[in-house]
Amino acid sequence: MDTLRTLLSRIASLFRSRRLDSELDEELRCHIDLAVEENLASGMSRKQARTTALRSLGGLAQTQALYRTQRGLPWVDAMMQDLGFAVRTLRKNPGFTLVAVLTLALGIGGNTAMFSIVNGVLLNPLPFPEPDRLVTLSESKANFARGSISYPNFLDWQKENRSFSAMATARFSAFSLTGRGEAEQVEAEFVSPDFLPILGVRPLLGRLIAAADNEAGSGPVVLISEGLWRRKFDAVPNILGQSITLDGRDFAIIGVIPANFHLRVPSFRDRDVYAPIRRWTNPLLMERGAGLGMHGIGRLKPGVTLEQARADMEQINRSLAATYPDADHGIGTTIIPMKEEMVGDVRLFLLVLLGAVGFVLLLACVNVASLLLARSAARSREFAVRTALGASRGRVIQQLLTESLLLGIAAGALGLLPAFWGTRAALKLLPAALPRAEEIGLDFRVLAFTTAISLLTGVLFGLIPAFKSSQTNPHSALKEGSRSSGGSHHRALATFVVAEMAITLVLLIGAGLMIRSLTQLWNVDPGFNPRNVFTFGLSLPPNFEGASPAKIRAEFRAINDRFASIPGVTGVSQAWGALPMNGEDDQLFWLEGQPKPKSQNDMSWFIDYIVDPDYLRIMQIPLQRGRFFTRQDDEHAPLVIVVDEVFAQKFFPGQDAIGKRIHLVYNSDKLAQIVGVVGHVKQWGLSSDDKQSLRAQVYLPCMQMPDAFIAMSPSASSVVVRYEGSLARAYESIRSANRQMSAQQVIYGDQTMESLVSDSIAERRFAMILLGAFAMLALLLACIGIYGVMAYLVSQRTAEIGIRMALGAQRGDVLALVLWRGARLALIGVGLGIGSGLAVTQFMRSLLFEVSPYDPATLAGVSLLLIAVAFLACLIPARRAASVDPMQALRTE
Amino acid sequence: MGESKSDVLQGTLDLMVLKTLEAMGPLHGYGIARRIEQVSGDTLSLNQGTIYPALLRLEQRGWIHSEWGTSETNRRAKFYSLSRTGRKQIEMETENWERVAATMARFLAPS
Repeated sequence: MDTLRTLLSRIASLFRSRRLDSELDEELRCHIDLAVEENLASGMSRKQARTTALRSLGGLAQTQALYRTQRGLPWVDAMMQDLGFAVRTLRKNPGFTLVAVLTLALGIGGNTAMFSIVNGVLLNPLPFPEPDRLVTLSESKANFARGSISYPNFLDWQKENRSFSAMATARFSAFSLTGRGEAEQVEAEFVSPDFLPILGVRPLLGRLIAAADNEAGSGPVVLISEGLWRRKFDAVPNILGQSITLDGRDFAIIGVIPANFHLRVPSFRDRDVYAPIRRWTNPLLMERGAGLGMHGIGRLKPGVTLEQARADMEQINRSLAATYPDADHGIGTTIIPMKEEMVGDVRLFLLVLLGAVGFVLLLACVNVASLLLARSAARSREFAVRTALGASRGRVIQQLLTESLLLGIAAGALGLLPAFWGTRAALKLLPAALPRAEEIGLDFRVLAFTTAISLLTGVLFGLIPAFKSSQTNPHSALKEGSRSSGGSHHRALATFVVAEMAITLVLLIGAGLMIRSLTQLWNVDPGFNPRNVFTFGLSLPPNFEGASPAKIRAEFRAINDRFASIPGVTGVSQAWGALPMNGEDDQLFWLEGQPKPKSQNDMSWFIDYIVDPDYLRIMQIPLQRGRFFTRQDDEHAPLVIVVDEVFAQKFFPGQDAIGKRIHLVYNSDKLAQIVGVVGHVKQWGLSSDDKQSLRAQVYLPCMQMPDAFIAMSPSASSVVVRYEGSLARAYESIRSANRQMSAQQVIYGDQTMESLVSDSIAERRFAMILLGAFAMLALLLACIGIYGVMAYLVSQRTAEIGIRMALGAQRGDVLALVLWRGARLALIGVGLGIGSGLAVTQFMRSLLFEVSPYDPATLAGVSLLLIAVAFLACLIPARRAASVDPMQALRTE
Repeated sequence: MGESKSDVLQGTLDLMVLKTLEAMGPLHGYGIARRIEQVSGDTLSLNQGTIYPALLRLEQRGWIHSEWGTSETNRRAKFYSLSRTGRKQIEMETENWERVAATMARFLAPS
């Protein structure tokens, strides 16, 4: 109690020390006056009275010092003194301060930027209530870990499970929005009523979808996004109850979903419209075996683990398989934590990048430490004076650490600027590679991180120089003209150079390996030529909904012909199934002559490309044998298919696939005959080609699709176009041709095939660009550091060099002497760097593509680069040393 | 001269100050220092300056108060006086000292 009171009083006095000082002065003055008066009264002379009074007080200064120690907090006083001194010292050396602060600011800024990305993507909890209990659900089959859920299965899961407090499913769709300005394709999600509540979404206006809205026969209702509300309805407040025309039908708007709702998992995107899932009236919805691209989410009950939920679902699926052996044989449920689903792919990339930028900071620290150390040699006289006046070693270290902490903090504050710009540049660079990009920013945790690394940095680079400097022997340092820096300084500086070389080399190796990987990736043949091809979505006017298949077929033929007649367009094809690197689609089949498998889940799969005759020429996929489709392969002709080489080898090994026939499940009463074999296309990007072990590819002609399929295509068609000349002109011509055909026919989501290909390696490219940038920064820092240290060492040896030259050494000898010294350090650094680089790049193994972490070409290349840079950094000091005038050098000595 | 005097025992100065204030009422620093010297019969070598950190210490603990006033010779001086907790403290400290003194006395008594 008393101690606390004392402490508070001491702290309080820190803030009014000036007044308290003057009070004490007055009190002491009064004390002495009273003593003098008493002494005078006892008969002393005035002078004697005063001397006696001062003596019995025990000295004014000592009393004041004693009093201050009692009054305040001595370490705070000392710190304030040190701080004031540090500010003065740093201000006196603006060059040094500027270089040190800028170097560190770059390092700290880079780390802050990288950390804010890591923080936003990996560390921040998902922006949903109790995010740890959120999972994604999909149905697994023999060949498919992450297949589509069938709606009847979902309803059973929902009813039977005991692990989830809620479970919901959703299916992507698209609508043509008409009746409000220009017709537009809007992305829609058919959702079960729990879907938005599970994610904690609150409507901006109105209400969410209720269970009653999902009953068959209820009135058509939709939720719209805030974006659509602003874009198409001018954000009018009385939107509820108004109708919106989607695919030619009117829906009542019941609510608005706020724009800040994002669900960044692969199967879900931000949508403009959310409708009850039963509103999707296709009879396939109620088929147990159907794969319609439905995926689920769920919220685990409190305390239920993933394993328990998986076991629970496994039991349900076993009983479903027993009840519905045909459709549900061998099905399972894949449950994945939502956060893992969102960030799983980029975690390693980001951690490697964070590690790399950490190395850059370490390098900046080493740089500033060597600057400080070199400078402390020049300051040794100052330390000697301080020590001689009674400063303890700890006190000198404290003073120096105060200086370096001050530098660190200044650099941290300044580093927020590059951090801010760096984060923005990184986001602009490749937002596609980063999930949750909208959550990246400089938040409280990032600022705390910056503060922490600023302080840590200050201690890190300050400690060794402070320690070394405090070892100065005051006696020898004060001796006239003596050399102030000992061998230990030089050894420490040499260690720093070696460390810088080693750290830089590690970064260079990492960046080099990434660059090699990317070059390899770019050289991968995707199996088609993405240049001069673009693709877009096309949605026919609403009046084609429910039109006869013949009318729809005729319309698509007319569209193809119309687009193909545009100058500059050299090929047009519909693409209704999969498109390379942009979505996938698959079909079941069995070979002619084999019994039909009992369950669909025992059938074989292929990726289907449903295309027109021009497709092969547009994509420039090589035809290996036979022929591709012609216009004669239409709805009246026998069914034909073209397979890829993987299909041919897998199902007809050692035989000629051409002429063979297969049963297609969706059209099982007819047989389809193989008429050609084409090359294999890398469906899932350049870097992987074995996703879900589903590689066999089959081409089917659009016009031979069964009527049921044709009836669905007006709202879900993709088109690929090959063009010559300008992309913008070709695209604009297509758009205007489209407008001329119908004001209600919508083109949307255009993308060049090249951008699809490059998106497939976006994460690696992101990593490469950043690693490359960090490595270049490191190289620059190392260069400055080595130059600084060599220049300092040369200046220290000026006299010695002068003597050597006076004794007959030639310029060349001196040059060689200095360069050899630099080269020795560089070589040791390179050796260490290769050693640690090999250990560190192990972590990168899975980021690399067809490059070994021990790639000798990369190691040799970056080592040579570093040695060359080190050589250049040594050359200037070496030349200066060689031009020393011996007389001049000896005279200054 | 110096060898016959003893230094102020660690921790005793606080009690001396408190007792002085109890006996004399409010007093300035010089007065307190002189009073302690007088009571000790000039056997105590008191560095008068040490009285000020001691006064500050007591004030920080809340045992004494201080206020500016006018001395008997019409001088502006800071006067110290006991607080309520200070009085209680005297009782406690006195008991302590008596116990210690009695213990020491037993050791020093001829056996």
